[in-house]
Amino acid sequence: MGVGLEHFLILSAVLFAIGLYGALAKKNAVVILMCIEIMLNAVNIAMVAFAHYGDAIAGQVFTIFIMVVAAAEVAVGLALIIAIFRRKKTLDAEEYDLMKW
Amino acid sequence: MGMDIAFWILAVISVGAALAVVFMRDIFRVALFMILCFFAVAGIYVTLSADFLAAAQVLIYVGAIGVLLMFAIMLTREGKRGSLTGKLRPLAMLVAILFMVTMVLVVISADWNVAAEVSKEPTTARIAQSIFSRDGFVLAFEISAALLLAAAIGAIVLVREKEK
Repeated sequence: MGVGLEHFLILSAVLFAIGLYGALAKKNAVVILMCIEIMLNAVNIAMVAFAHYGDAIAGQVFTIFIMVVAAAEVAVGLALIIAIFRRKKTLDAEEYDLMKW
Repeated sequence: MGMDIAFWILAVISVGAALAVVFMRDIFRVALFMILCFFAVAGIYVTLSADFLAAAQVLIYVGAIGVLLMFAIMLTREGKRGSLTGKLRPLAMLVAILFMVTMVLVVISADWNVAAEVSKEPTTARIAQSIFSRDGFVLAFEISAALLLAAAIGAIVLVREKEK
């Protein structure tokens, strides 16, 4: 049995689950951002697999837009993390309580 | 056949690198393994005959985002504390495993509508036609350009030192 659509979707689900675990369990804010990137990549794999096997190019176009949003998200996210690090001197996401009340 | 072998190798590399990202302590190695994971995903795009996206993946994720995360790690100088896990670890593990099992079961049992024959043409021209044709994604394209500009300006404003 050759590699088919299901294989790519399962790979995507596994990568997404790994990224989900990291994003929920990690304390370091930069590592949380990395895990979110892995989740976005997992979704991209599913999109491209659907585009390939369903012969619909729109999936690849969506992937390009996801990449654009991911780049913007990382730029702003890292800027926020560095700005908070200047004030709180820590990267521990559990100590960030500026917006709690 | 060759593509099948390539898929299995790339799948093992990407999942292994992602696991290393989640479970390693040294934050600098975590960043390097994340870049390896992105490279393997670019290879998976090649096995799906998405040539343009593979190039874009290497440029954007490996080049731009990887370097940006490296810089953030160096700027924040918290490498010695490492990548710790918080109190939510067992719950997060449970949620992730539940999600994975559910998704795998759904993917296996669903009846996918797969096209009779998949095209192996280069995709760059088709992507361009899909974006820029009359009923295409031109508006989304323009909005994403504005989003990138806003993100760049926002990042500069956030990181700039305040003048005393």
